Order: sequence, then C-alpha cells, then structure tokens
Amino acid sequence: MSEFFADILFLQNPTLRWVLAGTILLGFSAGTLGCFAILRNRALVGDAVAHAILPGVCLAFIIAGNKDPLMLLAGSIVSGWVSIMVMDFIIRNSKISADTAIGMVLSVFFGLGVVLLSWIQASGNVNQSGLDAFLFGSAASMLPEDIMVFGGVSFLVLVAIFLFYKELKIVSFDPSYARAIGYPVKRVELLIGILLVLTITAGIQAVGVVLMASMLIIPAAAARYWTDSLSVMLVIAAFVGAISGISGSLISYTAPGMPTGPWMVVSAALIFGLSFLLAPGRGEFQRWMQRLSYHKKVTMENVLKTLYHLEESDKKMHRVRTLREIAKKRRMELTEITKGLRLLKRKGWIEHLKGTPSGYLLTENGREEARRIVRIHRLWELYLTERLEIAGDHVHDDAESMEHLITPEIEAQLATILGEPTLDPHFEEIPYPSPKKEQL
Amino acid sequence: MTDFWILLTAILAASACALVGSFLVLRKQAMLSDAISHAVLPGIVIAFLLTSSRNTFPMLIGAGAFGLLTVYLTDKLHSQGRIMHDSSMGIVFTTLFAIGVILISLFATSVDLDLDCVLYGEIAYVPWDTWTFRGLEMGPRPVWILGFVLLINLVFVITSFKELQIYSFDKELALSMGIPLGLIHYGLMGTVSFSTIAAFESVGAILVVALIIVPPATAYLLTTDLRKMIVLSVIIGILSAITGYLMAFGLNVSISGSMAVMTGVFFALAFLFSPLDGVISRKFRKTLTIEDKQTAAS
Repeated sequence: MSEFFADILFLQNPTLRWVLAGTILLGFSAGTLGCFAILRNRALVGDAVAHAILPGVCLAFIIAGNKDPLMLLAGSIVSGWVSIMVMDFIIRNSKISADTAIGMVLSVFFGLGVVLLSWIQASGNVNQSGLDAFLFGSAASMLPEDIMVFGGVSFLVLVAIFLFYKELKIVSFDPSYARAIGYPVKRVELLIGILLVLTITAGIQAVGVVLMASMLIIPAAAARYWTDSLSVMLVIAAFVGAISGISGSLISYTAPGMPTGPWMVVSAALIFGLSFLLAPGRGEFQRWMQRLSYHKKVTMENVLKTLYHLEESDKKMHRVRTLREIAKKRRMELTEITKGLRLLKRKGWIEHLKGTPSGYLLTENGREEARRIVRIHRLWELYLTERLEIAGDHVHDDAESMEHLITPEIEAQLATILGEPTLDPHFEEIPYPSPKKEQL
Repeated sequence: MTDFWILLTAILAASACALVGSFLVLRKQAMLSDAISHAVLPGIVIAFLLTSSRNTFPMLIGAGAFGLLTVYLTDKLHSQGRIMHDSSMGIVFTTLFAIGVILISLFATSVDLDLDCVLYGEIAYVPWDTWTFRGLEMGPRPVWILGFVLLINLVFVITSFKELQIYSFDKELALSMGIPLGLIHYGLMGTVSFSTIAAFESVGAILVVALIIVPPATAYLLTTDLRKMIVLSVIIGILSAITGYLMAFGLNVSISGSMAVMTGVFFALAFLFSPLDGVISRKFRKTLTIEDKQTAAS
C-alpha cells in the first residue's frame, strides 16, 4: 500500500509520470485555446475538427502503409485544416448557418473516414489495429514520444497566445472593430485555426475524438464564471484543464480498467458544476441568496408601509395595530406578514406590545423609513403621470416595484424634477423627512 | 433479399431523419442531433443493465429519456447559467457520453455493448436481426422500429405543420399567437431523439447526424418553400441511401459511411449548382448580367 502512495506522490511509476505529463499539457493547451473558441461562439468547431481528422489519418495510413506517427500527424493536421476551410467556405458562400455547416462537416468527413477505415480493414493490412485507439483515446498507452509531441504543441500554443495576446483578444471580442482599425483579422483567425488543429490532433490520443471537444469547452466555460478578464480566464481555464488531467490520470491509475479520457471529462464537468453553483457574482448560490434577501426586503417594506397607511387613515400614531388589521389593509399571506413583522422588530422599526389587543406600533425610526418608502412610491407615481403621461390608475403597480429599488440619489432627483410636490396623482400627501430631525 | 432489407432500413432511416431534420436546420439547432446521438449512451447502458438483455424497447426508453434530458439540461444551462447555447450543448453531451463510457468500463464484464458498434453502427447485420411475433417470422426488427418512428414523425409533422412552421421561423410570433411553444419544442425534440436512436442502431451515432442535417441543408439551398424543402430533403435522403449502398457494394466498403459521403456529395452539388443560390450558378448569372449590360450599352 505504501508503495502505491509512493507511486502517486513521488511519481515513481514511469508510465504514470508520462501519462500525467501528457494529460496536464493537454489540459493546459486545450483550456486556454478553448477560451477563444467559446468567446468567438465557435464552441463546437473543435468537435467537428476532431471528427474530421479521421479521413486524414486513414489516408496517411494508406499512403505510408504503416502507423508512422509523423505521417499520421501530418495526415490529421491536413484534414483538420481542410475541414475548417470547408466550414468557413460554406458559411461565407451560402445561407447555411454555422451550426448546420459544423454538423455537416463533422458527419460527412467522419463518414468518409469510416469508408476509408473499412477499406483498410478489407485490404487485410494487419497493421491497422491501433487506429481505434486514435479514435477513443488511450492515455494509459501514451509513449514518451507522444508526450514530446504534446509538450511541443502545448508550448507552441502558449507561446503563440502570449505573443499575439492583444490580437487574439480583440478579434475574439469584436472582429468587425478589429477589421475597422486595420487588424489582420484573417491572419489571426488562421492562427487560431492552426492552434486548434494542432491541439486537437495531439489531444485525440489521450481522450479520443468525442471527448476532445469537451476539453476545449468545459474548462473555458467554468473559468468564465470566475472572472470578466480574459487573461485571468485563460489562467483559470488552463488550471481547470490541468487539474482534470491529473484527476483523470490518477483515477484510471488507481482503478485499473477505468478509462482516463472520460474521467478527465467528468472531473472537468464537476469543476464546472461547482463554478456554476459557487462562483462569486455569477454563481447560482449567490444569485439565490440575493433573490432571497431581496424578497425579504420587499416583504418587510410592504408590511412597514401598511402600518404607515393604517396610521395615515385614522391619524392615530399611538394606536396598536393587530395582525388582523394589517391583513385586512393589505392582501398578503399571514405567514408573510408575520415574517415581515419579525424582520421589522429585529431592525427596531416596530414594537410588539403584548396587551389586549396585542399588536404592533411603529417606532420613530420605523416611521421615518416608512415615510421614505411611501414618498418614493408617490413621487414615482407622480413622475409617471406628469412626465410620461401615463393614466393615474395605471401607475400603482409600477410604483409598487420601484419603491424597493430607487436609491436616495434618484429619489432626490425625482423630487427636484417634480419641484418638491406635496400631493401625488391620487391627491395623497407625499411625506417628506420630518423636519424635527434636522432641527435637532 | 438481404439487399432489400438493408436498403429498406436505410430508406426508412433517411426519411425519418430528414423529416424532422428540416426543422432543426431551420431553427439553427442542427448540432442537437449530434449531441443527442452521443448523450443517449448512458441511457442505453442503464437500460441494458436493468433488463440484462439487448431488448430494443427498454433501450429506446432509456435512450429517449437521456435524449430529452440533454435537451432540457442544455436549455437550462443556457438560460440559468447564461452560457451560449452551443457551449452548453457541448458541456452536456460530452459529459453524458463520458459517463456512458465509464459505465461501460465499470460493468465491462456484464455489458456486452460494443462501443464501435454504437458509434459506427452496422447496417449490414440488419437482415439477421429478425423479429418473431407469436412464432411468426416478421422480418428484420430495425425495419419495424424505423417504420414505426417514421409513422410517428409523419403524424407529428402533418398534424402540427402550421405550428412547427411558425415555431421554426418566428418564435415571438408563435408566442404571441398562443402556440404552445413548450409542447412543440419538446415534441420536436422527442421525435428527433427517437429518430436518432432508432436510426443509430443501424447506421451509428455519428452517421445518423449526416442523415438528419445534410439532406435538409441540401434542400434548403434548392427551395424557399418549407413544404417543398421537407419533401426534397426526404427524397435526397433516400437517394443518398440508395447511391451510398451502391457505392459501398461497388468498392466493398462501409455501407453507413458511404451513405454519409453521398449526402455530402449531394450537398456539394446543390452548393455549387443550385439555381437559386449555387456558387457557380451565381457566378454565371453575374457574368451574364455584365454581358447584358455591355450589349445594352452597345
């Protein structure tokens, strides 16, 4: 057992060392390159290129007569490149949309590959076994030579991104602007294409055709949740890719028979899932929390306002209001009202008086807050009727939502624009901050 | 007789796929067929594990469930996670496919599923996959399944043609007309899923994509009328199946691969020579007008 951990910790097993090196490098280059692919809305191009490599590999095999790795590499690069050209040509010269062109190139090129593969099999060349590994990937059987190719490709990708960062960035975000200010957009797109084909060709050996697309898409999509800056996104995506590579290799090493590629993808997907849920700002969890706190705020403010309306209607500031009175004044679920009351009490905006009848009373601060909400509501109603000329009986619902959103700055602006009015469209008084406070 | 069954299977698959593929191409969701055809793998494996048989019916159910799950997750991730539609599709289907491959290797001893077979399919074996009903020899099973799926697709397209038409061209209009968009969307996705699954048993996961996308895209270049486009795409699909079979027979190569190649050949022809929009016919028309102007000037 200790030997086993030593293997993992100190990388004593040479196979594991090579596999780890390969998958990490793949994760790095696919992760960074994927950022440009998804920012350019070309996420699935990688999928098409990966499939389109098959006929090139088969042709190279037919021509060379054996599995010369350099020939196969050259074949795949050529056919991956041709597939990108064909896609671009179809999109530019017909009304066919991008996704249809991608799907067509993917399936027809792959079909051609299958035809060539069956041709090779029928010709009885025993050497053809191993082409399957090219398709489904077999990271565990990667040789040091393969890793050298990987390393070379990853290095090339990283250097190219570093050197042409500015060009890549501007072309990814706004190609028409880039064209307008005289950037060589065509050449930059060419560069992205070349890097894509290289990465995919190298990566297919580790994860296979189908899963290559995911190593381009998933790390980049996960990184997008954490940042708005492209350079940070590139770094995060590279690390997500590398971590998935490590995790995939270790899982397949510890559990024999488990494939590396699919576990890389599942690991990347897990990281994506966590980012989707937990990333600050964009993550589901934080958005959920924000929704929850907004909902709380609305409930609280609505109850507070209702208490103020009750005071307003009978002009009795020190009368205790029961739950029933509040419920009668405003149609809300009783549970919602009690929730709002509890929150208000915690804020110190109301008092709970347990006499007969047991009920609630606005505190000084609470009343001031209630006046603020009612003021915004009525100012907004007035603004809608006076400035936007909306009928008076149509403005209430809009004001109901705006009263929770308008900031003090906007409120002050509204009051100035409307000339500090005293009455709203329904001839109800607009409550301004009590002058008492300012005197104190 | 074997030739007949193989051709019939191919023709049924091509027609069923082209019928629903037209709407996918118009909705710019063509890659969904690729996504579904891969993402159903775990469904097939799970159905296989639960029933421990290669019975087609549970597999269709399992695959169908995962097909719809793919569509649902993609939509959800797109709207909730604010990710581009194609990226979310790529995330969902590759992850599901990876899970499928892992499941296969996890239960390698009990799952007798050939990954190659799932991906390439083997239409040549169709005639021997016969269905016996109450002791009666009913012919190849795939023919029955594909025939059934084709029938469902036909009924769906004919009964909800108007809704599908509006849904494909103008989602906002459809919404404002009170067309049950969700129903149409998932109806279409359901038929796409079932066509994909039923067809890939015989032609393979990736080549079924060719049958769904390429003939409708070809027809799209030839006409601007949706009805004509659907009919044309079915005809082109059938022609690709027949010529593909002949090509495979002549060169002694993969039948399904040849069919995919033939769909590509038909597309290339339409792309170059379509009287509406073809690259070469457009050039020809341009030179003509210039000559016309010259003659008019002189």
